[in-house]
Amino acid sequence: MNLTLKIWRQKGPNDKGQMVDYKVTDISEHMSFLEMMDVLNEQLVAKDEEPVAFDHDCREGICGMCSMYINGEAHGPDRGITTCQLHMRMFKDGETITIEPFRANAFPVIKDLVVDRMAFERIQQAGGFISVNTSGNTQDANAIPISKHAADDAMDAATCIGCGACVATCKNSSAMLFVSAKVSQYALLPQGQVEATDRVLNMVKQMDEEGFGNCTNTGACEVECPKGISLENIARMNREYLAASLKG
Amino acid sequence: MSGFLSSSLARKYAMALSAFFLIFFLLMHVTINLLSVCSENAFNVASHFMGTNPLIQFAMQPILIIGVVFHFVMGFVLELKNKKAQGVKYFKDNGAANSTWMSRNMIYSGLAILAFIVLHFIDFWIPELKYKYVDVLPEDPNRYFHELQHKFENPLRVGAYIIAFVFLALHLLHGFQSAFQSMGLNNKYTKGFEKGAKAYAIVIPLLFIFIALFHHFNH
Repeated sequence: MNLTLKIWRQKGPNDKGQMVDYKVTDISEHMSFLEMMDVLNEQLVAKDEEPVAFDHDCREGICGMCSMYINGEAHGPDRGITTCQLHMRMFKDGETITIEPFRANAFPVIKDLVVDRMAFERIQQAGGFISVNTSGNTQDANAIPISKHAADDAMDAATCIGCGACVATCKNSSAMLFVSAKVSQYALLPQGQVEATDRVLNMVKQMDEEGFGNCTNTGACEVECPKGISLENIARMNREYLAASLKG
Repeated sequence: MSGFLSSSLARKYAMALSAFFLIFFLLMHVTINLLSVCSENAFNVASHFMGTNPLIQFAMQPILIIGVVFHFVMGFVLELKNKKAQGVKYFKDNGAANSTWMSRNMIYSGLAILAFIVLHFIDFWIPELKYKYVDVLPEDPNRYFHELQHKFENPLRVGAYIIAFVFLALHLLHGFQSAFQSMGLNNKYTKGFEKGAKAYAIVIPLLFIFIALFHHFNH
């Protein structure tokens, strides 16, 4: 496959940045998208040009590091995948592919396609955990009865890898799907009940302080989420937050 | 409590609750308007009651106006805040791949409805205020039906109303079920709400269009 790539190049956080065109040739349809980016970067290095900076780590859809906005969609035109799981067979020979970083004020660009997603970490630190006294007498989690339905829903919410596709694809740059998944995975389990009130209040407070937008329920986040996190989690967080606010 | 009121979720609840209130009002409005198709006398009786009952005039009507103004102002505030949160725009953004046109353009369908409400106030509400409080004319319980028929003689006005009701349908198609989601009513037991909300979003504007056309062709 021969392709034209329109890629966002930005030297640093304070650089204005611009779209730059590149040509890549002899790309196999069996390559992953990131392998195609590796080919491009090898070409650039060979020409003594600056390679395109992009985030990646596990390259098997688990770590949540890769984050590209490809042809107008977070993680590209396929569904239920991260950028590293996107394959070149999804594109046509001769196609022009636009590649941009995830956009949101709360995700400032560091360089080229790399964005700072530490806002998610700070939201997690605000309440996305269960305090466990590891005194040596910790109860085995399997000893606590949990219904299959609750366990399944909690597990589904816990599959969120925090990649930020929900924010990138949302026209409001809202982080509600991410935060609601983190709230839900604990709210559904008995172990999460003790800190439930503080958790949802603190995480939503931190989310607002980070400058994410307001959710208007377009549902784009659910469609683009590589892990299929459901909008039901946002509804659950809305209930949790209302109850926590009334409880105080 | 001040933290709650300034939170993004509180804004969602406020939008949803004001939407539910306006949706209930629409149901009441279309019910009374439908009387005009069935019986001239029944429509006059209902309109006379709504136009003269002190509870409706001096309690419900101000609440309705506050509800409308609040919904619009909060809608604009949210739009501005969300624009600010977006930052740099994408070079290419394929929103149609993951969301409906209605959900992405609530502000525009809302603006079209706002324009219609201004027209509607000029057509019905301001003449009503003038009749009662400026000219101080004696109350005629039989005037409402003929006033309604007269308004729908003009095809341009009927056309404007039909366009506005199409925008109302688009706004409700996303807005009604979205209000349930905002209030946390989205789980395996509430799937019927979404279907009901979509049916309401189509049927109510269609009824308003039918009433306008009925009076246009039967005056």
